[in-house]
Amino acid sequence: MKKNLPLCSPISPRAREIICIILFVAVLPFLTDALLGRGWVRIVDFAMLYIMLALGLNIVVGYAGLLDLGYIAFYAVGAYCYALTSSPHLALAYPLLFPDGLHLSFLIVLPLAALLAGGFGILLGAPTLRLRGDYLAIVTLGFGEIVRIFMNNLNAPVNLTNGPQGISMIDPVRIAGVSLNTTQQVFGFSLPSVHLYFYLFAGFTAVVVFVSHRLEKSRIGRAWMAIREDEVAASAMGINTRNLKLLAFAMGAMFGGVSGTLFAGFQGFVSPESFSLMESIMVLCMVVLGGMGNIYGVILGGMTLALLPEVLRHSIVPLQQAMFGRTLIDPESLRMLLFGTALIGVMLFRPAGLWPSRVRRRELATDEAEQ
Amino acid sequence: MDIFLQQIINGLVQGSVYALVALGYTMVYGILGLINFAHGEVVMAGAMLALSALTALISWGVAPLLALPVSLILAMAGCMLLGFGIERIAYRPLRHAPRLAPLITAIGVSIVLQNLAMMIWGRDYHAFPQLIKNQPHYVGGAIINDIQIIIVIMAVVIMAGLMIVVHRTSLGRAMRAVAENQHAAQLMGVDVNRVISITFMLGSALAAVAGLMVSANYGLAHYYMGFLLGLKAFTAAVLGGIGNLRGAMLGGLLLGLIESLGAGYIGPLTNGFMGSQYQDVFAFFVLIAVLVFRPSGLLGERLAERA
Amino acid sequence: MSKPATLLELSCVGKQFGGLSALKDVSLHIKRGEIYGLIGPNGAGKTTLFNIITGLYQLSSGEFNFNGDSYQTTKSHLLAQAGIARTFQNIRLFSHLTALENVMIGRHAKTHAGVFGALLRNKTTRSEELDSTNRARDLLRYVGISKPSQTLAKNLSYGEQRRLEIARALATEPLLLALDEPAAGMNATETESLKALLQNIRATGITVMLIEHDVKLIMGLCDRVAVLDYGKKIAEGVPDEVRQNPAVIAAYLGAEDE
Repeated sequence: MKKNLPLCSPISPRAREIICIILFVAVLPFLTDALLGRGWVRIVDFAMLYIMLALGLNIVVGYAGLLDLGYIAFYAVGAYCYALTSSPHLALAYPLLFPDGLHLSFLIVLPLAALLAGGFGILLGAPTLRLRGDYLAIVTLGFGEIVRIFMNNLNAPVNLTNGPQGISMIDPVRIAGVSLNTTQQVFGFSLPSVHLYFYLFAGFTAVVVFVSHRLEKSRIGRAWMAIREDEVAASAMGINTRNLKLLAFAMGAMFGGVSGTLFAGFQGFVSPESFSLMESIMVLCMVVLGGMGNIYGVILGGMTLALLPEVLRHSIVPLQQAMFGRTLIDPESLRMLLFGTALIGVMLFRPAGLWPSRVRRRELATDEAEQ
Repeated sequence: MDIFLQQIINGLVQGSVYALVALGYTMVYGILGLINFAHGEVVMAGAMLALSALTALISWGVAPLLALPVSLILAMAGCMLLGFGIERIAYRPLRHAPRLAPLITAIGVSIVLQNLAMMIWGRDYHAFPQLIKNQPHYVGGAIINDIQIIIVIMAVVIMAGLMIVVHRTSLGRAMRAVAENQHAAQLMGVDVNRVISITFMLGSALAAVAGLMVSANYGLAHYYMGFLLGLKAFTAAVLGGIGNLRGAMLGGLLLGLIESLGAGYIGPLTNGFMGSQYQDVFAFFVLIAVLVFRPSGLLGERLAERA
Repeated sequence: MSKPATLLELSCVGKQFGGLSALKDVSLHIKRGEIYGLIGPNGAGKTTLFNIITGLYQLSSGEFNFNGDSYQTTKSHLLAQAGIARTFQNIRLFSHLTALENVMIGRHAKTHAGVFGALLRNKTTRSEELDSTNRARDLLRYVGISKPSQTLAKNLSYGEQRRLEIARALATEPLLLALDEPAAGMNATETESLKALLQNIRATGITVMLIEHDVKLIMGLCDRVAVLDYGKKIAEGVPDEVRQNPAVIAAYLGAEDE
């Protein structure tokens, strides 16, 4: 029989899955470009950044159960880290100290930013170890606001952040002499800047997914989940809850810092406006809406919430034009109105998120069986 | 000394408003263990409703001293309806859902209310009509005007009234029972759903009063005013010990004082390095410091570890 | 170095909550390999004593020695690492994790893989992980829980949850297994199988200490028993002695009319 012949080389289903994902990711920017236009590739790039952020926050909230409402501060730390060291800002503010600015290489700044953000994570974690639940939420929220207010005001007397104007003309990401800001020719393919950034972000997202996945199924991950479930019992099992909580904060913060660095290089401009409380809340929504603790759910949540406002932005005006012949309602507020309604709707119909973790799924299944 | 006294007065006025809003947060938290993130928007809705009603009434020739209470009552009624609706739509179906689910719906409600308000009232600031001759009084070198006096007196009266309701009436007893143990309260014949609805409505009525106060004090109202105000008031509630009514009042007043004193003195204290733009930082630093040393707030229950 | 015969020793331990003194000058010692019972009427200070031993409370006065070291701490994890494993009166499992994961978490202090181990998943980590899984499965079989990798802790029956707690505690390879009212809420058959399980555990060389309301279980199981009343130790000895101690009879008769 023909179909019994070993036509395919013996690769495991898992390897096949990974190959499929890689192929899909490889063609995605071209597909988006062809179908929707270049602007959408840029939107997808930003969505990738949000996915990274959401995965980082998932470690803190989803695994260790520490409700963090100031997560965007670590994104800011990473972004400002790169902005300061790779823009003319220092040269403009302190021409005597830095006549040419620093212009450090991206590959040097990236680990530094990650470490600095991780340090901030510990700084935030240390005083809040005894707090739980909503008290922790409000303190982390306060921390996020403190960082933002400092960014807004550290332009005088020492001009570190350039205040509300932000820092512009940040160097694009440059790896091995290749600037991602210009179109590159690879194997006869012409890759515009947004495509290059897409692949860069996809690579980093893959790393973050890998790290999350490995941590989740490890001794450390189990200890985090034990703390999330019952701190006293975790401690009675010999788990040093203090150190593990700090570790969770630091790991989450490092992911935030890395995403921030990428963001600064991609956008070329940072200002405090990008790091408001609403952004923290948005990232938390991605985690919870997608399905806390489940990597795939979080990715789905990040993608949905990053793309939904853009989809609405691009469909509301034409839709109104088609229905009423003119724009009746301010598209910006209608867009946010629909977004808010979607948040409520999803939570009402899927309280454990769009794609809950296997445990949550089972839990819900048994809850229904009990009723 | 006059700067000091002036900052105290400003702090007390601002603190009274915080306290009223904080009460709304703390009542809901006490009963449901839930941060009602949308509460700030209810304050905004209260201010906007009151302002619209006031403007309409005055343009119809109603005397200002009659228009003010009427519009306040209208705003309170509107907010109570809003609070009732929010609980029914966004919180009640999720009462047994994972803990963070209602937080997300609360954020959703908050976004919806803000943008609805923007559609109805636009992006502009709305001026509060001049109703009374806001007479300034000089007290030991500091100034306090009529509106500020009215705000403080009203806040005190309302808080006293709330304490009486909670501690002296059967409704208050039912509320405390539900807060203590929902299940047991139900077994004792308390209509838990009704109590929860009433709590939301009470908190929303207070929010409407606070909204009117803020817009009268600053002479302005805006679709975005609820966000930061709500955040500060929630901070105040946590500062005092969330779930505790006296704590919310204390936390509100304290936060108001800290902010205004901080804003007044942070410049000289840091040699001009930090100006009054850091007043919010000051408030959050104090909050963190308090919680580090008293993890459940100033008047919060000591949550001793139970084995 | 030969180990002293006494595993745990409390001398003149006192504990005050505000002005209330929950424990007054309690001295007792637990020998290696014995089953030691602690009984007493409600409010006698049993749970307070238990919480001191497991590091949840700090003692106000006196001394607490375990396996040759002195402890003043409220750090539970240090005592757990030193070899005291506990269960909880009102079961505290990691309810949204599987039974297997619960027991594997008990292996935490005996394993070492850190972040890098988790990320690299090198040979040491893999063998450690495999060892943890195997030991956890053995323990679960030992206490009689089936399908542990598919069942969430919260979905187990009450008796199974109690046994899962014991398995989780055993996973820490304790010197002392401390049980807080392990038979609470169990029926006669379940209590009987618990008794057999505890005797089995002792036979493997683990010292067992339990506080319990079920006097019959204590008397039938323990080698030595101490009785607390109003925060004081009023009797200690083999069950038969304690049973006939007039102070004990008085304390229990006084409390019997509840």
